[in-house]
Amino acid sequence: MSRWSRVRNVFRSERLCTDLDEELQSHLKEAIENGRDPVEARRAFGSMLRYREESRDARIISWLDGLRADAVFGWRQLKKSKVTSLAAILSLGLGIGACTACFRLIDAVLLRPLPVAHPERLHVIAFEPRVGVTGYPNVFDSCSYPLFRAMRDAVKDDADLIAVSYSERTDLTYKTDEEMEKAYRQYVSGSMFNTFGLQPALGRLLTPDDDGQPGMHPYAVLSYDYWKTRFGRNPNIIGRTFRMDNNLYEIVGIGPEGFTGTETGTVVDIFVPMAMKTPTTLVSPNNFWLRTLVLLNPGVAADAVRGKVRTVYAISEAERAKTLPQTSQRLRSQFFNQKLLLEPAAAGRSNLQRDYRRSLVAIALLVGLVLLIACANVANLMTGQAAARGREMAIRVALGGGRWRLMQLVLVEGAWLGFLSSALGGILAWWSAPVIVRMINPPDSPVRLVLPLDLRVVVFDLTLTLGVTLLFGLAPSLNTSQIKPTGALKGGENPHSRRRMMHSLIAAQSAFCSLVLFVACLLVTSFERLSNQPTGFSADRVLNLETLSHQPESPVFWEQVARRLSSAPGIEASGLTGWPLMSGESMIDYVSTYGAPPSEVFSDFLLVSPGWIDTMKIPLLDGRDFLPGEANPNVAIVNESFAKEYFDGASPVGKWFDTVKADGRRIRYQIVGYVRDARSRDNLRVPIRPTSYIPFRSVDAAGNLRPTARGTFVVRTAAPNPLALASTLRREVARERSDFRVSNIRAQSEINQSATLRERLLARLAFFFALVAILLACVGIYGVLDYSVVQRRREIAIRMAVGARAIDITRRVTLQVLSIVIAGSVTGLLLGIVIARYVQILLFHVGVSDPTLLVFAVSQIMIAALVSALRPVMRAVHIDPAELLRVE
Amino acid sequence: MLVLKILLRRPRLHGYAIMSAIREHSGEVLRVEEGSLYPALHRMEEDGWIRAEWITKDSGRRARVYDLTAAGRKQLADEESRWRAVALAVNRVLRTV
Repeated sequence: MSRWSRVRNVFRSERLCTDLDEELQSHLKEAIENGRDPVEARRAFGSMLRYREESRDARIISWLDGLRADAVFGWRQLKKSKVTSLAAILSLGLGIGACTACFRLIDAVLLRPLPVAHPERLHVIAFEPRVGVTGYPNVFDSCSYPLFRAMRDAVKDDADLIAVSYSERTDLTYKTDEEMEKAYRQYVSGSMFNTFGLQPALGRLLTPDDDGQPGMHPYAVLSYDYWKTRFGRNPNIIGRTFRMDNNLYEIVGIGPEGFTGTETGTVVDIFVPMAMKTPTTLVSPNNFWLRTLVLLNPGVAADAVRGKVRTVYAISEAERAKTLPQTSQRLRSQFFNQKLLLEPAAAGRSNLQRDYRRSLVAIALLVGLVLLIACANVANLMTGQAAARGREMAIRVALGGGRWRLMQLVLVEGAWLGFLSSALGGILAWWSAPVIVRMINPPDSPVRLVLPLDLRVVVFDLTLTLGVTLLFGLAPSLNTSQIKPTGALKGGENPHSRRRMMHSLIAAQSAFCSLVLFVACLLVTSFERLSNQPTGFSADRVLNLETLSHQPESPVFWEQVARRLSSAPGIEASGLTGWPLMSGESMIDYVSTYGAPPSEVFSDFLLVSPGWIDTMKIPLLDGRDFLPGEANPNVAIVNESFAKEYFDGASPVGKWFDTVKADGRRIRYQIVGYVRDARSRDNLRVPIRPTSYIPFRSVDAAGNLRPTARGTFVVRTAAPNPLALASTLRREVARERSDFRVSNIRAQSEINQSATLRERLLARLAFFFALVAILLACVGIYGVLDYSVVQRRREIAIRMAVGARAIDITRRVTLQVLSIVIAGSVTGLLLGIVIARYVQILLFHVGVSDPTLLVFAVSQIMIAALVSALRPVMRAVHIDPAELLRVE
Repeated sequence: MLVLKILLRRPRLHGYAIMSAIREHSGEVLRVEEGSLYPALHRMEEDGWIRAEWITKDSGRRARVYDLTAAGRKQLADEESRWRAVALAVNRVLRTV
């Protein structure tokens, strides 16, 4: 009780004092009542004040009381200079908030362990080609199911292997086919839940038994999240069925709360067993559609497992090589000479991690620098304030204030700033992290990230605040504690030491600022150049209707619907293709010319209908479009890259090429058209690939039309907003052919934009933080100049009195600071050139030491410095010497 | 120790009464500076040996009266036995030398 009462007394010290006084007084009164002489009684009592203080110390925790007093005093100081305090809190809050938001993202994407048993033992199998397509090592992690099974059997004593497919958004229905909806589906090994030590929230989870006979285990486990949002936690959902890919699945259970799958960035809705995948895919050694997760047994070294898996992999690849068409020796060695890796995957494994790791680190760097700039500002501000309060501090020291107490006083004031800005930053982080996640929203598969605001985040925020407070508060407080009362009270304290410190802070600030600017310039320029890459087709007003049919339908019907659409109101042109351009899908094959062995370079193949080339506005250079009735194989239209790669750049119309099947059978294509390059892949960083367009209408070897279950209708609308017609067109398709169902409608411009999604996000954030950095630097330079003008006003007045002109004064006031700014920014740029190597992979067609960029960055800072110097300079030249010197 | 002893015998005393009691019982021998009693009382209060409350006396004046707690009783017993041991030792020395 005593400790608590002493703490409590700290906060009612006023009351405590009156109580003590009253008790002591009552003693005297009692004495006088008992007939003692008042003077004698008072003398016998001793010093009342002393006893009160002694008693007070006994009943209070004195250091806490001191802290309380400092806190109250600090608060008053902050309130006294409202504008500067507000500026400091805002800039620090922005810095801390940005850092915390960044941490939340990095934590959620890269660090946070999966909610499974022993995430630290979880690994993933990945492959590193000796030389990647782009020259960079290009790690990928896809396996085939036969390879997975071979590896699983080889290491079953050392580790549990789990196969998980890449999760995908798919159509399913709980009622009729008219009411299709979308959900993220993932095929997983039946053993996954068991191996991860997960318990169902309801019903049962998948078991190893569900991996048995292909197609015989139509059971699904819903994720807790999906159960909550789609079914409102309805417990009667167990046993209900739904239809997906022509299979009827039964819901057998609900996964545990918090488990969203192993693919960070995607919240899986439905888990189904591996055995339910298409049977031909399950046995194909050439279909790479799953990741292999490895949970090492306790005490087993990763190296041992890797060794065993590598052996299995080498055997399986050698087997696979025999089944592939004959290609060149070099390509073959490159293709099969891939190194198997075992990478830690405690935080799960996803493409989001791969694509955004560098970006997140780059942004973290930027926000860290912004925070440092803000710190430097606040430190300068506090130094300036401390200087203004030099006399007050000197008096405190002279009266016997301990140096520690003075340091505490200044630090507590800093802590107020830190505390307030951390609260502001917390709010900012709470708000902004989900906003940034929402910006990573490629059409049809927006990123869904679990972003909990838990202890990790709070601890990070508080640690950051503490660190920051020490960073900006320590220097001024040390300064204060070293104050010499005699000197300061005489007013002759050496002002240069303070100014020196402020100047070094300004130098650091300019360096950080130019670093931020430089990196931001690189990212923004990259984004601009990337999004200005020519696509070779016109995305304007183009709509893609990705369509499925229940049963494979003859291409004649598909073409019929496409024709019907072209005569619909508001439609300019229409065509039919396998999938939208730049959607990420592709089909490749080797090409052989003049009967030679297949080339080393792949060509992309795309199925298109007559009229598609016109719809996409791809210019025809030579030859003609497909004629109605022409079928694949036999004819092809090729692009410029194709001509360059295989025909030395001459128009190849009238020539022919072959593709070679695994059994050595050749299929011949007559080239009937020659078109300009148009981009079919979504990676804008690589050149447009050789592409050959072949008719959507295909016939098999016997000459019969080959039915197909999917296609994409492409329409160009007359109205500027193509999406306005979406529902009309959807109905139109269903009316023309009731078996067809439009699964997805995407504007081409939206697809194009999503190819630069990451770069856009980076550019936006970098631009924003560069602005903030400049703004903060302005405030900093302004503060320092203003302070030095105030401090040197006497000197300036004397100079003016003896005839100095305004220009001389200006030069005197600004020259030093400006040269410091220049030196700082040049240092920052040099640092930037070093650091930029790390973000090189995010850049596009921008030289790290591009002189225009360097000049641009420095000039921006110089402009900022000049603008912020304006007011202090005006103030300096407007000093009236007569008035000032008289006052002094 | 003396304060504790007095409070053991006569509970609910205020500061002046405690002081008077000490003076009385010691036959006017023990006289301290009166005010120093209070810091001592407050320290004992924070240590939990005694507890205090405000009462209004018949004369209408408020007074703070003190009472012994269980911890205080134990403390008193400890100190008394320690004091006896010291006194005994001192006496022994005085007698032998």
